Amino acid sequence: MTDTLTPVLSANWNQERSWTLKAYEAGGGYQALRTALTMEPDALISLVKDEGLRGRGGAGFPTGMKWSFIPQDNPKPKYLVVNADEAEPGTCKDIPLMMASPHTLVEGIIISCRAIRAEKAFVYIRGEVLHVIRRLRAAVREAYEAGHLGQNIHGSGQNLDLVIHAGAGAYICGEETALLDSLEGRRGQPRLRPPFPAVEGLYASPTVVNNVESIASVPSIISGGTGWFSSMGTDKSKGYTLFSLSGHVAKPGQYEAPLGITLRELLELGGGMREGSELKFWTPGGSSTPLLTAEHLDVPLDYESVGAVGSMLGTKAIQVFDQTTSVVRAVLRWTEFYKHESCGKCTPCREGTWWMTQTLTRMNAGQGQEGDIELLLDLCDNLLGRSFCALGDGATSPVMSAIKYFRDEFEACLTTPTAELFPPSKSTLFAKEVAR
Amino acid sequence: MSDELLTDKTVEELRELMARYPEPRSALLPMLHLVQSAQGRVTTEAINKCAELLEITPAEVSGVATFYTMYKRNPMGKHHVGVCTNTLCAVMGGDEIYETLCDRLGVGNDETTEDGMITLERVECNAACDFAPVMMVNWEFFDNQTPESAAEVTDKLRAGDKVVSTRGAEITSWREAERVIGGFEDGLADQGPSAGPASLVGLEIAEEQGWKAPAVPGAKAPVKETDGD
Ligand SMILES: Cc1cc2nc3c(=O)[nH]c(=O)nc-3n(C[C@H](O)[C@H](O)[C@H](O)COP(=O)(O)O)c2cc1C
Ligand code: SF4
Ligand code: FES
Repeated sequence: MTDTLTPVLSANWNQERSWTLKAYEAGGGYQALRTALTMEPDALISLVKDEGLRGRGGAGFPTGMKWSFIPQDNPKPKYLVVNADEAEPGTCKDIPLMMASPHTLVEGIIISCRAIRAEKAFVYIRGEVLHVIRRLRAAVREAYEAGHLGQNIHGSGQNLDLVIHAGAGAYICGEETALLDSLEGRRGQPRLRPPFPAVEGLYASPTVVNNVESIASVPSIISGGTGWFSSMGTDKSKGYTLFSLSGHVAKPGQYEAPLGITLRELLELGGGMREGSELKFWTPGGSSTPLLTAEHLDVPLDYESVGAVGSMLGTKAIQVFDQTTSVVRAVLRWTEFYKHESCGKCTPCREGTWWMTQTLTRMNAGQGQEGDIELLLDLCDNLLGRSFCALGDGATSPVMSAIKYFRDEFEACLTTPTAELFPPSKSTLFAKEVAR
Repeated sequence: MSDELLTDKTVEELRELMARYPEPRSALLPMLHLVQSAQGRVTTEAINKCAELLEITPAEVSGVATFYTMYKRNPMGKHHVGVCTNTLCAVMGGDEIYETLCDRLGVGNDETTEDGMITLERVECNAACDFAPVMMVNWEFFDNQTPESAAEVTDKLRAGDKVVSTRGAEITSWREAERVIGGFEDGLADQGPSAGPASLVGLEIAEEQGWKAPAVPGAKAPVKETDGD
């Protein structure tokens, strides 16, 4: 039996000066790189594929398979772009990882570039995290000085140049094709696919885009060798991962565990809900994944099981809300977010998120109109599957799931402001008492 | 308003940023961060200069500068204070913190205090929800805020007192921050902790319980095997 929690990525986060090369190497860091440099690129791809690593950026696409799509007969340079834009509401795992142990990511990048034969890599990090950017830049400098980056890495013949590139505040740039446009110095708007980035990505060259946590998992997979990573998790969702717990819980934070743990187990570890709280609704993987409720406490948190109950594992960003929270207020705020972040390229999303915001705003104020719920559902119907990219789809998740589980709260909006039914001050961290 | 003109040094640094990429236009986002740091906002002069260096039109540069929320066309205060009012932080108290600061500073969203010290902004989820409610000062984390603690931070900033991030370095200024974001180190990476308390809760429970990931099968002494290459 695997232990309940399995810190791998987070294992060194409490070490003295864990962000430095010295501390990282003292804990065995860059040994996986030494091993990888003795392995053929295809063997690296096979190992990552066979161990079952799936992308941790939300969609869960098999990482090794993505790597194998890079056409090696294409004479153009190959690129690795690490998606460190982390901006999906609720998601807060990549940022602490890069702050505490940027070298884990750097080591993963070097190994991954060997696998896909890339000699240039980029980390596209959201701009709004100054200290994390500092730590990354310092780590890259140290890695160059140690010969882990640059020309002929440790005599292997492999070259790699790594650039830390900060974005400038746009959630849509987390979408991989918008990210590539942004990295080319343009407005971040999604591209039509195909061609997929593996064939024509950055500068129309073969490009792998992977999430920070995906790439940071690679060194441990190489060190672990055949059968190690895949010994954790479930049949189709293998390995360990970071679950991020936030909201009305006693101990919000990062919990690294095998895929398949349940929210009930996570809550028990973290001392349950905050005092006086009862679980009302939660997101399994950020605001773009449909809400779940207390009836889903025992759903294994893996890609298949969460999908089977009508949601998605997403980024494993578990935001927990208690009985003091108005679901209408929460959904309005998320919808405002999508409206604000819609890139404006396609009509359903650009117009739909505005319309939904308008409707939810009057409902939140207790001035809902007959037929507003149907209007919201109709708008969702026009976004879901009809938007150019997954941002538009994601915008429908909170709305549709909230109506499904809490329709009566939306109905109450015809007469009563949500703030009357759910005084916002009761939901705060600093609330003196929690209403029961 | 009187903007400082772009100096030769800044133009040199803009070229340095361009040289980091296979195609120079990729440097545009960093370049706009850098010019903000040099001039306190994205000026028309800077737009023209970036366009000239990249051999694209000012309209193309301007189209990019207006797409991203971190670029400011209006003069900024010395410090940027962002209060997360995305759902989770809002519910946990972000809305109250934001309102408190509006009252205390006498400004609304995207406005600057009369003394020119603080520009206040509502920001979206800043990837710190386990530390909610969160406030950012010059894009440094101020975790687990209350209306009182947030007001205290802004009071100190306005008074010019030393302020340290709860999970980062001593606060410099928005302009100095923009320089680092744009691509130049400031030597402060070693300040602050490895991680905030919330980042460590799972690890601490695991250590108390003696829980670990499975041992690596047939683990060999890792240092030896590559000695030969
Ligand atoms: C609107 C939107 C925002 C996204 N934001 C992120 C993000 O911040 N980080 C991330 O890794 N993936 C994000 N994604 C998913 C990426 O498009 C892409 O699937 C992912 O980076 C692939 O990496 P992975 O295979 O390692 O998961 C986003 C997708 C969408 C539609
Ligand atoms: S769905 Fe929204 S974010 Fe995506 S392309 Fe359309 S307008 Fe842009
Ligand atoms: S909601 Fe505020 S940091 Fe995520």
